[in-house]
Amino acid sequence: MSTTAKTVEALVNREYEYGFVTDIEADQVPPGLDEDVVRLISAKKREPEFMLEWRLRAFRHWLKMGLAAGEPKWANVTYAPIDYQSIVYYSAPKQTAAPGRLDEVDPKLLETFEKLGIPLSEQKRLTGVAVDAVFDSVSVATTFKEKLAELGIVFCSFSEAVQNHPDLVEKYLGSVVPYTDNFFATLNSAVFSDGSFCYVPKGVRCPMELSTYFRINTAGSGQFERTLIVADEGSYVSYLEGCTAPRRDENQLHAAVVELVALEGAQIRYSTVQNWYAGDREGRGGIYNFVTKRGKCAGRGAKISWTQVETGSAITWKYPSVILQGDDSVGEFYSVALVNNHQQADTGTKMIHIGKNTRSTIISKGISAGHGNQTYRGLVKVRPRASSARNRTQCDSLLLGDRCGAHTVPYIEVANATASVEHEASTAKISEEQLFYCKQRGLSSENAVSMIVNGFCKEVFKNLPMEFAVEASKLLGVSLEGGVG
Amino acid sequence: MLSIRYLHAGVEGKDILRGIDLEVKAGEIHAVMGPNGSGKSTLAQVLAGHPAFAVTRGEVVYEGRNLLEMPPEERARAGVFLAFQYPIEIPGVSNAQFLKAAVNEVRTRQGLDELDAMEFLELLREKLALVEMDQSFVSRAVNEGFSGGEKKRNEILQMALLQPKLAILDETDSGLDIDALKIVANGINSLRTPDNAILLVTHYQRILSYVTPDRVHVLVGGRIVRSGGKDLALELEAKGYDWIREDAGAVQPARA
Repeated sequence: MSTTAKTVEALVNREYEYGFVTDIEADQVPPGLDEDVVRLISAKKREPEFMLEWRLRAFRHWLKMGLAAGEPKWANVTYAPIDYQSIVYYSAPKQTAAPGRLDEVDPKLLETFEKLGIPLSEQKRLTGVAVDAVFDSVSVATTFKEKLAELGIVFCSFSEAVQNHPDLVEKYLGSVVPYTDNFFATLNSAVFSDGSFCYVPKGVRCPMELSTYFRINTAGSGQFERTLIVADEGSYVSYLEGCTAPRRDENQLHAAVVELVALEGAQIRYSTVQNWYAGDREGRGGIYNFVTKRGKCAGRGAKISWTQVETGSAITWKYPSVILQGDDSVGEFYSVALVNNHQQADTGTKMIHIGKNTRSTIISKGISAGHGNQTYRGLVKVRPRASSARNRTQCDSLLLGDRCGAHTVPYIEVANATASVEHEASTAKISEEQLFYCKQRGLSSENAVSMIVNGFCKEVFKNLPMEFAVEASKLLGVSLEGGVG
Repeated sequence: MLSIRYLHAGVEGKDILRGIDLEVKAGEIHAVMGPNGSGKSTLAQVLAGHPAFAVTRGEVVYEGRNLLEMPPEERARAGVFLAFQYPIEIPGVSNAQFLKAAVNEVRTRQGLDELDAMEFLELLREKLALVEMDQSFVSRAVNEGFSGGEKKRNEILQMALLQPKLAILDETDSGLDIDALKIVANGINSLRTPDNAILLVTHYQRILSYVTPDRVHVLVGGRIVRSGGKDLALELEAKGYDWIREDAGAVQPARA
């Protein structure tokens, strides 16, 4: 395995490209968390009363949780205790004008996003992708907003949604992930500062990819963003999410919540390429990524697909799930997770079958290298009323080297005899024979490993929108297959 | 083109090749025959640079270069091709993707421009016809779910695409029905030019009815015990390997 191991090290030990810090004056609250901080965040955002009330209920609940069990302990990850009083809960770049107008955005911010490959200016913006750029605690710009508005699509920062569409926010906020859901989601509900909001009206097919790019910049801050996407009856939307953070020796907390609501016949595709700073080779620093993502297929025939490529973060704790409430609704989860050095990931999904004839598919590909350790944790639950529900789960692990680990923990609860649930799991290593075969055809070790890893992930990559498939593929250090075949 | 001198090699301390001497010139086809366990496949693997085999003595010179010092991918880029006896599966990687990567890797090293998708498809179509494979073949994952015959034809397809200078075919004819055998033989013959050489490792004479070798060598117990013209293959077919084993003077097979 020596050649394989060496190759893999070269491949995955490339420098983190996005580790720079933007020097910008920030408006931030002092570290620490109490009711006043929650009120302050709400006041800074000039929120209506219902939002403040909701935050406060969450905060009080969180305090109770902290006194009781605290953080969830069941995940297969270990980390030093998080000091919640040392975190800065709100940090926003100082701006002269209200955000939203590009010509008033600090050029340093535009430059930052341009460096990250997300140009925001009118001339350079990505074609076919509308972007909401979130920097620390606030959204700095949203592109193509007007164009989307012509179709009745609302795509804006969460803060703007609270101001301009309070009825929609009030109706759907917490409808999928209630503020009592879990320790990190409850914390998020109390202190979330921004995020993206999207509403696609009845029968509208969103003509472009919607995207949010999350950037953590300020040291000692946490990012607590909240995304809410509502697809009304018969509509369609595809959503992308990307994330990066500077290289730092301290850990930073990222506790986000994403809620998706798909009404009758609606379809939501949600794709993530997560590349938070992962820490250095000795495991110093990196983001603690504790995220709650859940979608609800609220109506008949609704469909929600999660596709995630997780390569960053020191710790990933994340289970994008689907509640299949409507009859004939469909849930999908496609995941590639790569851990290297001392990264730890405990990730998977939950598929909750409530409606009749509901179907779910889970395809999870885990790649472990270095001292990386990862666990697939997945729940498939079939409720008594979910007759003829079907699930297929496939979990494959690829080990590179002999110091890493991979674990699979499936939970299956079936309460309806007509349901069918399939679970397949495999663990493999890249074999010396495969490498030799590729090299005998002239491929370098690096290219050979890339190609084999890429092949291993193919079932997931093919579910990503094209722009993201390229990025995901690059992230794994692999070149995407040519235009043939 | 290829000069093997006193080559000794083995795996995990066990000697398999015990002094091979062989000269192959451009334009020639050499058949290496021998009973099971005589070291035929080991010779093929050692020439391609398989890391499991250790060379203990002797040397191999290929086009004036010390072949044994070159890593396997360098050998491939320098025009050495091995058609595997048991081709390897690579799940999720399409045949087209794999072949295009290989062709372009070799082209770049030879100072040629990479082929773009259209040019590659054009070339691929032409070569597919040669091995009588249809287009669906190229979108399937490399060797995954291929029948034995398809795998062998896929090796020949790769050879036809890569146009090696020295092609080593490791029992490519084994397990083929007569139609597939003819296709494979046709592929080999099409590669035959005054500049290329072929080393055909085989257990049976039958492929030699379609591909006429310049020289036939018989390998027993890790040594070449007899060399001759194409008639030697026919003699072997008629008399079996026991005859030559006795003739060679009770050399023990290297592998039982």
